[in-house]
Amino acid sequence: MSLREIVSKPDLLLPGHSACPGCPSAIALRMALKALGEKTVLVIPASCSSVYQGIYPGESFNVIVYNVAFASAAAVASGIRRALTKKGYTDVNVVVWGGDGGLVDIGMATMSGAAERGEDLIAICYDNEAYMNTGIQRSGATPPGAWTTTTWTGKTEIKKPMPFIMLEHGARYVATASVGYPIDIYNKVKKAASLRGEGFRYIHILAPDPPGWRFDASLTVELGKLAVNTGFWPLWEAEVINGKIKFRLNPPSNKLLDPSKRVPIEKFIEKQGRFRVAKEFHLRKLHQQMDFYWQLVKAYLSISKD
Amino acid sequence: MSEVLALTGNEAVAWGVRLSRVEVVAAYPITPQTVIVEKLSEWVEGGELDAEYIRVESEHSAMSAVIGASAAGARAFTATSSHGLFYMYEMVAFAAGARVPVVMGVVNRFVGPPWNIWADWMDALATRDLGWIQIWVSNNQEALDSIIQAYRIAEDKHVLLPVMVMLEGFVLSHTSAPVRVPDQKDVDEFLPSYNPPHYVLNPEISKTFGFGNIVWPWDTVHLRWDMHKAMLSAKGVIRRVVREYEERFGVNHGGLIKEYKVDDAEVVIVSMASIAETAEIVVDELRKEGLKVGALKIRFFRPFPTKEVIKALKDKYRVVVVERDISLGHDGVLAMELRSVLHRYDLQIPVYSISLGLGGDEILPRQIKKVVKEVM
Ligand SMILES: Cc1ncc(C[n+]2csc(CCOP(=O)(O)OP(=O)(O)O)c2C)c(N)n1
Ligand code: SF4
Ligand SMILES: [Mg+2]
Repeated sequence: MSLREIVSKPDLLLPGHSACPGCPSAIALRMALKALGEKTVLVIPASCSSVYQGIYPGESFNVIVYNVAFASAAAVASGIRRALTKKGYTDVNVVVWGGDGGLVDIGMATMSGAAERGEDLIAICYDNEAYMNTGIQRSGATPPGAWTTTTWTGKTEIKKPMPFIMLEHGARYVATASVGYPIDIYNKVKKAASLRGEGFRYIHILAPDPPGWRFDASLTVELGKLAVNTGFWPLWEAEVINGKIKFRLNPPSNKLLDPSKRVPIEKFIEKQGRFRVAKEFHLRKLHQQMDFYWQLVKAYLSISKD
Repeated sequence: MSEVLALTGNEAVAWGVRLSRVEVVAAYPITPQTVIVEKLSEWVEGGELDAEYIRVESEHSAMSAVIGASAAGARAFTATSSHGLFYMYEMVAFAAGARVPVVMGVVNRFVGPPWNIWADWMDALATRDLGWIQIWVSNNQEALDSIIQAYRIAEDKHVLLPVMVMLEGFVLSHTSAPVRVPDQKDVDEFLPSYNPPHYVLNPEISKTFGFGNIVWPWDTVHLRWDMHKAMLSAKGVIRRVVREYEERFGVNHGGLIKEYKVDDAEVVIVSMASIAETAEIVVDELRKEGLKVGALKIRFFRPFPTKEVIKALKDKYRVVVVERDISLGHDGVLAMELRSVLHRYDLQIPVYSISLGLGGDEILPRQIKKVVKEVM
């Protein structure tokens, strides 16, 4: 579907929300809601999204929204889904919309449980690589070398490979996406919604965050593209059908298996203030992270060849 | 037709859930509650109970899932104990704030360390101020009946608060007793299916709305006030539900409180849970010795039965509270509650507090008798 067609769909993210200028979460949510439509219940753990939707009695997300405790989203959504199923309402999208803190860290066990049970949900993580709502603290999804207010001299560990972890749960559909590619977000959410009734679906959207990553608000989409083109964040999707994994790289990542085809990572790093503290060993770690992610990609590609 | 079965306290709770036609169960095992979740699973798998069963990965998720299910319009149940209750604590508070009328069985157990799986009230008492209605039961029959009553109370449109039903680990949970299991048809008439009087998380039924986003302090005060009012209205609802239950099923375990030979008593033993039954034995024995003693059981700890307690105790000489808890560094929790009520009504009745049976330690009638005699 073309961007023009997507944009012409009703906007369920209403004007008047209070996200920062250039907010990647709002861009991604706008796309996701266009794909999901009105018959959707959003379950939102503590995060920027629980704040920028507006203050009571205002509400700028024009679907049913349930704001829940930080670690609880996938479990609350499981309860909603089962109740609706029990009462015969099967064509409603029950969707977890959360940050990397809520889904990758504190809610990890909850996500794991819901995925293992094959709950008929879509979980979408907008990953801005830190706890932004509480003032830019490190999360398990923060990359090496990044400054945060709990890693003043740069994080030393690599980013938790959450989408791969969800895939290993046997989730029905898992995809990565980036705010640099909004049509891809739309298509992947649409795909996930089309698999309603078939189990747990997970989409992990990299979300370059102007205040948290320290860049100008006009550059959100550009950084989203650079993250992919440098090979920092490969775009892929995978389906698990009867225990068989069908994994594929999406453009433009499908051209980037060969590292020489990638835009140098420095182009991505130099545009962000958060990497200013990064030392040589941080950058080595960052390269290791990229190698690690691409090794996983290759492994899954080779598994799904036969 | 109703029938009498030999049931443990846990089985009695499970029967209460089954008869209440609960639609979503989410639970996690912990001793001594485990039999409840096992029994319910067996019935759901066998088709005796037509419910969705969510086999969650933790108690935090168990409470989260029943909150979601209830907010989407289903009747939901969970059960836990001790460490499990503490693990879900955040969501226990959330359930009350979200005004979901879920019911939870709490099989009271000590919270470690050390590991101790036996009865203690410290688990449920720690949730006192969160906005849950609390029923403390004294026997297995009451456990079953209280679950059914709990849904009627919780789902009343003047209440809409969650209810905990407490039974002591092993003392009741693993001890068999004859229990009359009411007829399903009678229960269906007493407890119609849950029909939420408000918006539900279902776009096929409710218009778009948002729940739980940021609320300013001045609006939050109103939400809290509404919860407090609902707690207070619950007292009237409880009295009515208990009366109707007695009319239909012929059993009465007490309303907010249960009195035993209190009228002419000089000293009253106040307690909850199974200790309340021990207290009645003590009363009979002391009366044989010519001492005017009575027993008062607090059946509903929240909302606190202020009026009933004042009416029962206002002309008494001494009050002895026997409880399976202690607020370390201060006193027994129930004793503190009683003193606050008596003080508010300007009654200068000495309240003696005995904390007994912690971590499942034995509670012997002679221990209670000794204290009562000392204060007379
Ligand atoms: C149990 C608990 N611990 C801590 C918090 C405080 N808290 C609220 S939002 C948040 C960070 C959210 O981070 P993330 O999920 O990445 O979303 P973002 O703010 O980046 O959008 C934290 C730590 C909380 N609400 N609950
Ligand atoms: S901190 Fe980031 S995610 Fe949060 S509102 Fe601002 S731009 Fe959006
Ligand atoms: Mg974040």
